[in-house]
Amino acid sequence: MSDRAQNSDDSQSQVDDRFVHQVPPQFSAFSSASQWQLIRWRFLKHRVAVIALGVLSLLYVCAMFAEFVAPYNPRSTDPRYTHAPPQRIRIFHSGKLSLPFVYPVVKGRDPQTLATKYSEDVDTPLKLRLFVRGDPYRLWGLIGSNIHLFGVKRERFMLFGGDAAGRDLFSRTICGARLSLTIGLLGVFLALLLGILLGGTSGYFGGTLDLLIQRLIETLRSIPTLPLWLALSVALPDHWSISQRFLAITVVLSIVGWADLAREVRGKFMSLREEDFVRAAELGGASTRRLIFSHMLPSFYSHIIAATTLSVPGMILGETTLSFLGLGLQAPAISWGVLLSDAQHFRVISQTPWFLIPGLFVIITVLAFNFLGDGLRDAADPYAN
Amino acid sequence: MQSYIIRRLLYFIPTLILISVISFAIIQAPPGDFVTTLAVQMEARGDQVDEDLINALRARYGLGKPLWQQYLIWIGNILQGDLGVSMAYNQPVSRIIMDRLPWSLLFSFSAFIIVYSIGFPIGFLSAVRQYSILDYVLTFTGFIGLATPNFLLALVLLWVYFEATGQALVGIFSVEYAVASWSFGKFFDLLNHLWIPALIIGTAGTAGLIRIVRANLLDELKKLYVTTARAKGVSEIRLILKYPVRLAINPVISNIGYVLPALISGEVITSIVIGLPTIGPVLLRALQTEDMFLAGSIVLILSVLTLVGTLVSDLLLAVIDPRIRHGV
Repeated sequence: MSDRAQNSDDSQSQVDDRFVHQVPPQFSAFSSASQWQLIRWRFLKHRVAVIALGVLSLLYVCAMFAEFVAPYNPRSTDPRYTHAPPQRIRIFHSGKLSLPFVYPVVKGRDPQTLATKYSEDVDTPLKLRLFVRGDPYRLWGLIGSNIHLFGVKRERFMLFGGDAAGRDLFSRTICGARLSLTIGLLGVFLALLLGILLGGTSGYFGGTLDLLIQRLIETLRSIPTLPLWLALSVALPDHWSISQRFLAITVVLSIVGWADLAREVRGKFMSLREEDFVRAAELGGASTRRLIFSHMLPSFYSHIIAATTLSVPGMILGETTLSFLGLGLQAPAISWGVLLSDAQHFRVISQTPWFLIPGLFVIITVLAFNFLGDGLRDAADPYAN
Repeated sequence: MQSYIIRRLLYFIPTLILISVISFAIIQAPPGDFVTTLAVQMEARGDQVDEDLINALRARYGLGKPLWQQYLIWIGNILQGDLGVSMAYNQPVSRIIMDRLPWSLLFSFSAFIIVYSIGFPIGFLSAVRQYSILDYVLTFTGFIGLATPNFLLALVLLWVYFEATGQALVGIFSVEYAVASWSFGKFFDLLNHLWIPALIIGTAGTAGLIRIVRANLLDELKKLYVTTARAKGVSEIRLILKYPVRLAINPVISNIGYVLPALISGEVITSIVIGLPTIGPVLLRALQTEDMFLAGSIVLILSVLTLVGTLVSDLLLAVIDPRIRHGV
């Protein structure tokens, strides 16, 4: 008995070996890979999307550890540095190569016009150091420290220059990333919830409900968003705290933003509803909930993720525009839009062009989300050619 | 065709109602009604508060009645051309809007023309010369256009213009033409002030259109009928213009419905930054001073205009594409 079992085991393994040898190794990996693995492989081939993912990860990590990455407290003012121009990082001091350093800026006056003028003190280079001690902070309100990623020991080092109150624009940009980047994600998350709920209902049940929700979606998609956003954000009470206002603005952004996602979800539901495996599950007696959550949703998670990624930029641009006009987040909150609202007039910009640097971050983030979304969309359906 | 038009017009009605409800909600959103605010303002200015006037206004706008009745009264007034009174401007809302709306339409329409006259050829070129340097440059520029907030673009262009010419590109006429009567000089001055804002307003739309045209045309160019036609020796330009372009043009037209809202939004923010005498700055001021009748009416008017534009584009699509009008 045991011998026979042994034999059959042997023959089994022989068959398996033969079978494996016929299949090229990479093809066997391909044919046995899970859907997510296929998606990952396909995504990795999209180089621009991978780079975009890297850029976004970097931005989000910076935003998470903003107090540590920023060399100064973003709210501490310094009259010696009002409108101070950005300082360049240099590696040549009086013709000799040295470790990265900066020249301190000195505030002075133009002898003729008496306008404030900054000049570089080229005699006393300031060495750039890592992990320097500076302004104390509490990371996430929990961990107290005064170590910053980089900085200088004396004077100040302002990579992006100073604002009208002499605050460090680099620190402010990094801290602003926290609100600007989370508002996009949170807004999209809310929009997604609404979109799945309403779009799913619409696509799954059809009939009058579908018609009503369809009308609502079409209406929201066809009205100009900016006036609506502006009007809704005016309805927020003035006395709300930063975080209340932040949440409210997120809600305002997603109230308009869910329509596109709902449309996407509805379309997917409509087409999946006709698929054989859904019919089979239905005939097999699966409940509506089971049908939706275990059979239909998993087959378009990836599409949803791609569509969601592509709608983050709209939210970020929305926050930036609202805050720029003073109707979104408001100082003392720090976001990229709030920072850009300092540059209301082109005459301000012609004096202090570096006030536009936060705008550069907006553009980079939006671009990265677009590229990432494109990559995800291509990867979402790994079985297509 | 007729049944399609009728169906499309019927869909238009609930959408209109929905938009009017949203606009009404905007008017009602801040606490207090506008007549009370008006009375407080008159008092603050030291004017005699005219109780009769206050009561007359209350009666006219049905304040104090249930919300749905107020809504019906509001709609009734609008249908008779009465949009309410603006407190910030101390004028009827309809007059303010009538003063400004033509300029808004002019800018939006110019932007619309720019979107299609730039977006289509560029998308076309970029598809026909796929993966060429030209394609990469154009696609990348398009992405930047899509990613840059309108106000930022406006600020940067104003700044560049200021640095280059030493003149401020603010408003719609130069100083010397501001009060002058119409002449060729004034017309060219207007054109000179028109194209930069129109370009800014249209950037995002242009970038979006480039992507759509490129993607659609690429899909068509891969198809077998193109290969067949090429094998039969049809000249390349004739081949592309005669078949794939005609098929790829449909999504472009149906896209009008989504370009229009973006153009209106863009017009609002760009006008605010550049200081154009359009409806955008009025909307901002109305919102800042909580002049909600004005703000709500502007949202209503802009939305209705966008809807009409969308309707026109849908009907246009039905004329061009028989599959749509026959509901295939």
